[in-house]
Amino acid sequence: MKKLSLIPVLLVGALLIYAAEDFPEWGSPSAPASASPLSSHFISNTGVDTEVPNMVTAVLADYRGFDTMFETVVVFIAGMAVLAILKNSSGPNSKKKIFHIETEPDIIVTNTVRLLIPVIQIFAFYVLAHGHVSPGGGFQGGVVMGASFIMIALSWDLDTALARFPVERCTVVAGLGIILYGGIGLLSMFLGGEFLDYAELANIFPVSREMARYHAMLGVEIGVGLTVTAIMFSLYANLSTEGRLKGGL
Amino acid sequence: MFEDGSIINELFIERLNYLIYVVLLLIGLHAMIAKNNLIKKLIGMSIFQTAIILFYVSVGVKEGATIPIYLPEHDPHGSHASHSDGNETEQSNHGPVVLDAELVKGYSNPLPHVLMLTAIVVGVATLGLALALCLRIYQGYGTIEEDEILAKIEGQEMGTKPSVVVKSVDSSKPATSQSAKPASKPKGSSSPSPKRSKASPRTKAKATSPTTKAKTSGAKPVSPKRKAAASKSTTTGSKKSPAKPKTAASKSTTKAKPKPRAKPKAKPTARAKATSTAKKATASKPKPKTPKK
Repeated sequence: MKKLSLIPVLLVGALLIYAAEDFPEWGSPSAPASASPLSSHFISNTGVDTEVPNMVTAVLADYRGFDTMFETVVVFIAGMAVLAILKNSSGPNSKKKIFHIETEPDIIVTNTVRLLIPVIQIFAFYVLAHGHVSPGGGFQGGVVMGASFIMIALSWDLDTALARFPVERCTVVAGLGIILYGGIGLLSMFLGGEFLDYAELANIFPVSREMARYHAMLGVEIGVGLTVTAIMFSLYANLSTEGRLKGGL
Repeated sequence: MFEDGSIINELFIERLNYLIYVVLLLIGLHAMIAKNNLIKKLIGMSIFQTAIILFYVSVGVKEGATIPIYLPEHDPHGSHASHSDGNETEQSNHGPVVLDAELVKGYSNPLPHVLMLTAIVVGVATLGLALALCLRIYQGYGTIEEDEILAKIEGQEMGTKPSVVVKSVDSSKPATSQSAKPASKPKGSSSPSPKRSKASPRTKAKATSPTTKAKTSGAKPVSPKRKAAASKSTTTGSKKSPAKPKTAASKSTTKAKPKPRAKPKAKPTARAKATSTAKKATASKPKPKTPKK
């Protein structure tokens, strides 16, 4: 079986190596990825269109806002699916492996974490809010924020983390993120533009059309950040306890 | 060897990024196809994903360009732009300008970065979903080895019809547990369907004993039941090397079936009996046919 599977694998490899002949050279400025009109449009016009210095954020949340919205929905659905799969799922093989950790959490670990958590969470907000001018954004900030809750669960136990961020609230927060994203899109639609055409928000906010896009992007990123935070922690809580949400690591 | 134009130079120097991506992709693909363990398949999937990400990022590299974030002199709100009064919304004084073609060359394309950014996060979420499915499979079947799961599914499908229980033994070829289970069913009628044996090592240990025993006992012709014939047919049908001990195991269980009537203490499970005989058999006559790890 293993020998047999090598045949298609090597075949694919040979084809890919053969095709690599036609790929652009390393770092070539004339490569399709760098020379396409789309690329130069993004680079030259982002500043005028949205006044966002970080082109990645502008492309992510504005030019490709529709794509990013459904990426967020995918993350949300994955989290909900994990909840649904593992809910009440203790089968005959899982019952005997409930870990009860009697030992107290280590004092050095918990005190260090106690100092670290605020820094991590503030850094998460910074990454989220500063995503317009430096590398960062909703996805990155959300992951850092979710990691802080996972850190609580690792250094104390899951119950401590769940007391601060219950899984029910995770679901609500993740849904709120999607609603915030879609709500901004719908709002701009009701104001006369198209779905996710943030420039129309200038009609109700005292900013220019460009700055409306700038600030709407921040709102959208916050929505993404909420969803990613909640789903990251809910994934950890469910997977580490097989859906029982108590005991575990 | 590394002169211009040679294939080595082409492959290892100029297009090293593509070579690495192809190698990573093949590792992932092979793991997904060939590995039996579902978790290892997932690891392969992650490696595959990493290869794609590397491909995108390496294609997006542009020589002499910086990251796709405006430098201060091009920043719409940077020091250059805001010297007039610092009011961002006023564009009459300064305002951001469209970069001309020369300046565009100084920034790399943001699009591959955007695509990979979302792909990474979505990859984490889908990996979590896959792990949840693996957990569920483990809870249901007690294993995450693909062939064992398939054997158990087959056994379940056939086991639903009581008249075809014997046949289910035949069809479920790779798993010894399957062949042992129905054999123990008729005698231990009081205990409803013994638990599926979970670990393969155990079944393997069971598997060794009967071979030795059958040989030592002069290879007495097994009662020409369908089961015995069936177990023989499994030898031909089974694909893996440990097929031999397995078939022997099923044979032994069939043969040993009439005996426990006399000895009720050996009844509880076929497993316990088999292990005990295994000890005996190995003590009496160690054979080279040891269980494979």
